[in-house]
Amino acid sequence: MDNNLQPAALPAEELRRLYRLVTAVRQLDLAAIAWQRQGIIPGYAPELGQEAAQVGSAFAMDPKHDFVFPTYREMGVALTMGVDMTAYMSTHKASWHGGLYDPVQTRLAPIQAVVGGSVLHAVGWAHGQTLAGNPGVALTYFGDGASSQGDVHEAMNFAGVLKAPVIFFVQNNGWAISLPTEAQVAGGTVAARAAGYGMKEITVDGNDAAAVVLATREAAAHARAGHGPVLIEAMTYRRGPHSTSDDPGRYRTLAEERRDEGADPVRLLADRLVAEGIADSAFLDAALQDANANADRVREGVMALGPRPGSEMFDFVFAEPTEALKAQARAWREESEHV
Amino acid sequence: MSEQPSGAVASSDLEAAARNTEQTAAQEQSSPAPSPEDGAGRMENLSMQAALNRALAETLAEDPRAVVLGEDVGRLGGVFRITDGLQERFGADRVFDTPLAESGILGMSVGLAMAGFHPIPEVQFDGFAYPAVNQIVTQLARMNYRSRGTMPMPVTLRVPSFGGIRAPEHHGESLEALFAHVPGLKVVSPSSPHEAYHLLKHAVAVPDPVIFMEPKSRYWQKGDVFPDDAGPLQGAKVVRPGRHVTLVAWGAMVARCLQVAELAAEDGIEVEVLDLRWLKPIDAEGLAASVARTRRAVVVHEAPLTSGLGAEVAALITERCFDTLRAPVGRVTGFDVPYPSGDLEDEYIPNIDRILFGIQRVLEYRRG
Repeated sequence: MDNNLQPAALPAEELRRLYRLVTAVRQLDLAAIAWQRQGIIPGYAPELGQEAAQVGSAFAMDPKHDFVFPTYREMGVALTMGVDMTAYMSTHKASWHGGLYDPVQTRLAPIQAVVGGSVLHAVGWAHGQTLAGNPGVALTYFGDGASSQGDVHEAMNFAGVLKAPVIFFVQNNGWAISLPTEAQVAGGTVAARAAGYGMKEITVDGNDAAAVVLATREAAAHARAGHGPVLIEAMTYRRGPHSTSDDPGRYRTLAEERRDEGADPVRLLADRLVAEGIADSAFLDAALQDANANADRVREGVMALGPRPGSEMFDFVFAEPTEALKAQARAWREESEHV
Repeated sequence: MSEQPSGAVASSDLEAAARNTEQTAAQEQSSPAPSPEDGAGRMENLSMQAALNRALAETLAEDPRAVVLGEDVGRLGGVFRITDGLQERFGADRVFDTPLAESGILGMSVGLAMAGFHPIPEVQFDGFAYPAVNQIVTQLARMNYRSRGTMPMPVTLRVPSFGGIRAPEHHGESLEALFAHVPGLKVVSPSSPHEAYHLLKHAVAVPDPVIFMEPKSRYWQKGDVFPDDAGPLQGAKVVRPGRHVTLVAWGAMVARCLQVAELAAEDGIEVEVLDLRWLKPIDAEGLAASVARTRRAVVVHEAPLTSGLGAEVAALITERCFDTLRAPVGRVTGFDVPYPSGDLEDEYIPNIDRILFGIQRVLEYRRG
């Protein structure tokens, strides 16, 4: 065993589950980029390099009581939470903005395209748990770019004042499309801001899945005990483009990527498992095969998604639709379907 | 910038409002709720402030999921005292002060609704809704849609609205067209204490986001409230019948149009006043029914002319009444200028003379 590696304070079985999850996320992520190139989906926001941050944090939550608020780049969170991945990836198929999964049943809020848009919702939901006497904790994701948004600051201040059980989980991946963290975050870290809002902060190596699990569990216990919100800054790296429409070559070089990207989260966990004798190459191979098979299944599911019925444009605007909207729906139907 | 009530909301008004509310609370506590039989004809003379306060108190009492939140709504009772006494009565869990950030108030309301609550947020003045527009437009209005109907947003946003109280900048805005344009929002504005009481209670029960625009210049005017006789809660309402022209108005402009109708009657012009009430959805059939009788219409609003709600009203009338209209639909509105300082607001808000001129233009119109 390599004595330089700190043994992870997680049971072997959890480490093996984590590895299967980060591998599944990695392979599905790579597959989705290929689908976009093949014309199966119009676009995708890769998370290459952020698998440990996403899997580790979602892994730490209690799916019965807690609720998770994603951005548009939390595929790894959804997969870890057991969300149907065809329904999740449907957002990238342009089937439905929020995804076709049920957010109430899965406890994963709809996919959020407004940067920083859902962070306040987590505070409201969390304060609702306090009011109702429920033990739930809200976990809200955002990035170093979103940390500049006023809503994120308002959310942290509200949560601090109300002692709301919220975990603000920042994936600092170094880049907000083309803008590096040093041009985005005054003071250098998002975590430093926690002090100003009177909340606990944890800075964690976002490439180390086990460390992220431990940090998030610590944060969840803190929030659940009524001690208020926690800010976790997971330091990681966006190894890929911002989206499949992006061209990182315009703002960073390959040499800079290699210099800055740090440890590959999937490789790091594999090395630890092998070094600690928790897994062997057969286990790693099986995990990879399962991950590829899963990606293939999701690919088939996504390809089988037909176009959405046009009537859905009208169906969910209101819980109680107005007569004017019903009239528009009738007119659309008559003029487009000739019925 | 001041977040205090303007000088026009004099302390004597606030004291009077407080007395009203105290009397109301005392009455509620001293007598049991009336049974349906003996309560059918109940009538009370209340200010709109007291009527709104009553509606909120009854909502909080009847709906355990209702929560009131906003700036200074708790201990202070709101700068207009609409939430006066509610925190004391229902506790700081049900009626709570938030930090001073309107986007935060609305974003938090979205999250509370996701958790199953019925939030009733307040933004302190119309102009303070602007910092919350992102959360209102991109989140509140779309969450039911985005979640495919699994996360409805039964949020009633109370906005003290419109001008007329000599307030500082951004304290006299008319935002109805902005909000009515946003898919997923409903917009309503009461014109009287009776309407305020019933429409607020109704809005809170609507499972969709409702922007509730309170005409702040009418907060202190008293009117008869019939608590047990809401009447129809949807659509527009003819508040004065007439044969010659329909004045379409909402909020504070309804009372002004009633004054205009009274004056016009002296010249033998019978003006029908239609209180639109719901600004989204607009009661197109109610509009058409009135204008089908009068064959002339003038729409009156405080908001600027261009792309104001009057344009939508005119289009709806024209689509339905083109063949019988005697004149193009007239518009008497604010101007396309930023809402002016108090010295000029009487020039800006449609006044009686301008509305009378508007009626005259429509009555004197001859086909070319």
